[in-house]
Amino acid sequence: MSGNWLAEFAPQLLEGLGITLLIFVVSVGFGFLLSIPLALAQIRGNWMLANLARGFCFSFRATPLLMQLFLFYYGLGALLANSPTLREMSPWLMRLDAFWYVLIAFTFNFACHEAEVLRGALLAVPHGEIEAGESFGLSRLQILRRLWLPSAVLRAYPVFASDVIALLKSTPIAFVVPVVDLMAVTRNVMQNRLLIYEPLLLAGVTYLVISFFVLRLFAVIGTRMPKGWLV
Amino acid sequence: MSFDVLPWLHGYGGLLLTGLWRTIFIAVLGYALGLLLGLGLALLRSGSNRIVARVVKLYSGLLRALPELIVIMLLYYICGDAISWLLSHLGLGQIEIDGTWAAIIVLGLATSAYATEIFGAAIRAVPSGALEAAANLGMSRALCFRRITFPLMLPMALPGLANLWLMVVKGTSLVSVVGVMELALAAEQGAGATKEYFAFYLTAAALYLTLALITLKVFKQFELQMRRGQVRL
Repeated sequence: MSGNWLAEFAPQLLEGLGITLLIFVVSVGFGFLLSIPLALAQIRGNWMLANLARGFCFSFRATPLLMQLFLFYYGLGALLANSPTLREMSPWLMRLDAFWYVLIAFTFNFACHEAEVLRGALLAVPHGEIEAGESFGLSRLQILRRLWLPSAVLRAYPVFASDVIALLKSTPIAFVVPVVDLMAVTRNVMQNRLLIYEPLLLAGVTYLVISFFVLRLFAVIGTRMPKGWLV
Repeated sequence: MSFDVLPWLHGYGGLLLTGLWRTIFIAVLGYALGLLLGLGLALLRSGSNRIVARVVKLYSGLLRALPELIVIMLLYYICGDAISWLLSHLGLGQIEIDGTWAAIIVLGLATSAYATEIFGAAIRAVPSGALEAAANLGMSRALCFRRITFPLMLPMALPGLANLWLMVVKGTSLVSVVGVMELALAAEQGAGATKEYFAFYLTAAALYLTLALITLKVFKQFELQMRRGQVRL
């Protein structure tokens, strides 16, 4: 009886794996994009903007992701649902399911971790590189896009890779809200079949395999990055 | 209760503060256990026995590669099974294991994997000249560790240890998944009872944030204290 749980739950487990990967990829992508303005606001923003960005990032880095998920899904969700004006204004907002709240929480969380890394890397870029751009008559946006940011990303690359793995390792927490990711299906199997170790170990091994492939991908991209000019 | 703490929580403020106290209790003891184990494992790993070093490397590598939630759940069930197996073999019969202590052991084990790496790196960064000088003076290995390696290694390990502390505090919220009472579970219960989800979770998040702010200040002060007399980097 307990032997065939794998065959029976395989489709659900695969579907859960898909949701987990989707959460992971989307929050890495959007989180990275969001981390750029958050880092720049801390470096170049005026006093208020810089402190706001700093406080925002610290709040997300110093509180548990579990709490952030609760706050976004149950807290914010209930707040939105209880506001009659909002309910009339945008019915689609009411229909947002847990998946979207999870995406927002994970994206913010990753963005705040990355902003800290990117901030350090942006400050570590030698001033000469930016001055070189200025002397070529590049605009500030061009300097950011073609010199400052690429140089910083190259410097932050190893830390970025390990933060991406850290994010991957935190994705199972998503199951505390009604999202049917890999961990939720695993819990389902544990409760339905009264098994503890087999489903948990399967989930653990799955995460190890994904981490391995993500790290390989980062290593392959790393070998293709220009290195000669980075001293 | 004579006065209402956190009055916007409809009388559940006390519950939340009890949860905060439990969180601090679990985090401090789990962290202490993790540091002790981690220091021991780091020494074993840098020791001369190759097989022991391999085993330690595998332990720390595996625990760090798995997601924290899965590690905590696995260790929680393993600890429970191991203790009841041990008790039944000693003929003591079943006893109820307190969830708080199980959480401390589980968090301590999970933390030790990260602490091993931090201490290992800091020990490797101690200048070899200092160790050779100690050996030339005829210090025993224990004395050398106590007087030379440990004081030189500690300031280098502290930034990593402060980070790890933050990780442990955040990690305590994960034991709520296996039903151990602490701040996250207290907030969940209070929110469920009053339907004031936003107020409860925001307050709990603010308590976590305050805890982090205060303790990081303490770490910073301690590091300054440890680094006194050293050249600033």
